[in-house]
Amino acid sequence: MRKMLAVARKEFRQIARDTRTLMTLLFVPAFFLLLYGYALNFDIRHVHLAVEDGDHSAESRSLISAFVNSGYFDLVATVGAGGSLPARPTVIERLLPDTQTKVGLMDRNDVRAILVIPPGLGRAVQTSKPTSVQVLLNGDNANTATTVMGYALTIIRSESARYLPAAAVPLISVEPRVWYNPELRSTLFLVPGLIAYIAMITAVISTALSIVREKERGTMEQVRMAPLDAGSFIVGKTIPYFLVSLASALVIIAAAMMLFGMPMRGSWVLLLVALSLFLVGALGLGLLISSVADTQQVAFQAALLVSFLPTLMLSGFIFPISSMPRFLQIVTYAVPARYFLIALRGVVLKGAGIEAFGIDLIALAVFAVVVLALASARLRRQWV
Amino acid sequence: MNSITVTNLTKRFGDFLAVDELTFSVRQGEIFGFLGSNGAGKSTTIRMLCGLLKPTSGAATIGGIDVSRDPEGVKRRIGYMSQRFSLYERLTVNQNITFFGGLYGLDRVRLDARRRFVIEMAGLHGREQMRAADLAGGWRQRLALGCAILHEPPIVFLDEPTGGVDPLSRREFWRLIDQLSASGTTVLVTTHYLDEAEHCHRLAIIHAGRLAALGNTDELKQVFAGRAIIEVQAANPVEAMRLLDGMPEVEKTSVFGTAVHAVLRANQAEAIPTLKGRLESAGVPVIAMAPVRPSLEDVFLDVVEPAGAGTGH
Repeated sequence: MRKMLAVARKEFRQIARDTRTLMTLLFVPAFFLLLYGYALNFDIRHVHLAVEDGDHSAESRSLISAFVNSGYFDLVATVGAGGSLPARPTVIERLLPDTQTKVGLMDRNDVRAILVIPPGLGRAVQTSKPTSVQVLLNGDNANTATTVMGYALTIIRSESARYLPAAAVPLISVEPRVWYNPELRSTLFLVPGLIAYIAMITAVISTALSIVREKERGTMEQVRMAPLDAGSFIVGKTIPYFLVSLASALVIIAAAMMLFGMPMRGSWVLLLVALSLFLVGALGLGLLISSVADTQQVAFQAALLVSFLPTLMLSGFIFPISSMPRFLQIVTYAVPARYFLIALRGVVLKGAGIEAFGIDLIALAVFAVVVLALASARLRRQWV
Repeated sequence: MNSITVTNLTKRFGDFLAVDELTFSVRQGEIFGFLGSNGAGKSTTIRMLCGLLKPTSGAATIGGIDVSRDPEGVKRRIGYMSQRFSLYERLTVNQNITFFGGLYGLDRVRLDARRRFVIEMAGLHGREQMRAADLAGGWRQRLALGCAILHEPPIVFLDEPTGGVDPLSRREFWRLIDQLSASGTTVLVTTHYLDEAEHCHRLAIIHAGRLAALGNTDELKQVFAGRAIIEVQAANPVEAMRLLDGMPEVEKTSVFGTAVHAVLRANQAEAIPTLKGRLESAGVPVIAMAPVRPSLEDVFLDVVEPAGAGTGH
């Protein structure tokens, strides 16, 4: 015990002496959160919209203002009536796109969507005859196009409902309510993932270098000569990095709440438990890499490889695990961020209790114990 | 009383025989030198004795404890310091002492007492708060020794402890080793500095994993009993060496600074005029030519290089 604390104290002093690394560990993660948090945003607002109003009726103007007032669309251009879209644009028309044509607007990315209202919309509505409007979408980004189409359909449907006599309202109507994230803000979904992602990378990289550095400098040999078992050494190394990475993770969580409006609906204690288990596992993984690697360079690359990609792709951070091929789904069981994300989203967004993710906490604990045991076993083999 | 006993100790790495049937023992309080060129097997032997490496065969007991059976017990009884002075450079002198004291499980009272001892011994007064990285070589080396003996081990292993340190610091270091020995600590030290080897009570010369010679310096010099060494100062030492190698009386030659040492097959100092005449008639003027007492370097070269296998340049 005394020996383990000696290792922990020494390690802590080394970290504290190394101001640059300490600052990197504490604040770069928060900076990453800002960077990713603002860039990784699947919400689409301010879609540039052009309108071709061939009707100029009260109804067409009402439809256009419904688009503009929705907050999703910004009206940036109007296409004159009659400036119709040629079925097959000629080469000249492609090369010299006229700002007045729909093709020109779309080609130069001036607009993402064009609302085409045919003549006779107003009359059709007044005589209760079915009619249609056209929405042209820029499909170069399929995700955005799908989302924008969804917005447009919703606006047109509700506009259309205004003209129906009350009696004609469908008998079964849908009243969707999205729980935990009523506005479907993608930040609420992404920020917990980012927290897991950033915490994982910092924790793994910081410890991945710590043993291999001692091997390179020769201090490891001196430590091996002492009557100290590998387990005490590993645990002693984990303690200070745990405290530092916990502080760093709390900084990120605070930043997520203040800057991205991440809620905190559940218990702080549960959050700390989940976070601690996750961090210990990540630090253990770093130590395992460090005990295997022979140079800091190898350790650094291995650390990036095991923390960066799996946490990004295989944790459910961005891509839902349930839609992955079976083989990859099995691989995700070895990715600790997978369990942590369930717990984190559960606590933060749903205010769920331990019954919702107890099994995930157990998985995190198992992961931590396994990697720490492997790291100790690996060191022990090198020691004797 | 023997504090180190080594019997037929062997270490094989694949096909490579690093240490081959070493047998020797070291008495308590003795300074025992391990002399050999790089790759001779010195470090491998030390690592086996410290319990870091399992012997392929043979046995070693350290302070009465079998290395193969209880390596942890051995670790508690030994201090170890290597050529790299493995201190934590970012930590201060005091913090290094605290850490190594902690590793050996020293309690606060004992640690404070030992800290005073080490600071005193290494002459580090007023430097307790300096970072190890900022210490000059000699101080770092003495601090490393201090950290290695914080737990007052009865046996200390020093693996080329004086590499890269100035001569004055080396002398100071050997004074400390003498003190350790005088207080009853057994010291096993490897070196390839022959002048340092003279500080040792007894020496083992290791060559290609085998024990090539063992004894105190006078005993080692007995390998030249029945032979003579003559020192030749010639205008052209290279040519002189070539000629001497061709003479029937000469067993082998080696370069000593600007001079040439020739080992004669028999103790025939009377052959000197003959040899000198032959050199001069071959056109190599001889400045001086006289018998000399064998130095440790002569012993080392004689033991390590079989006759006719070449010369020391």
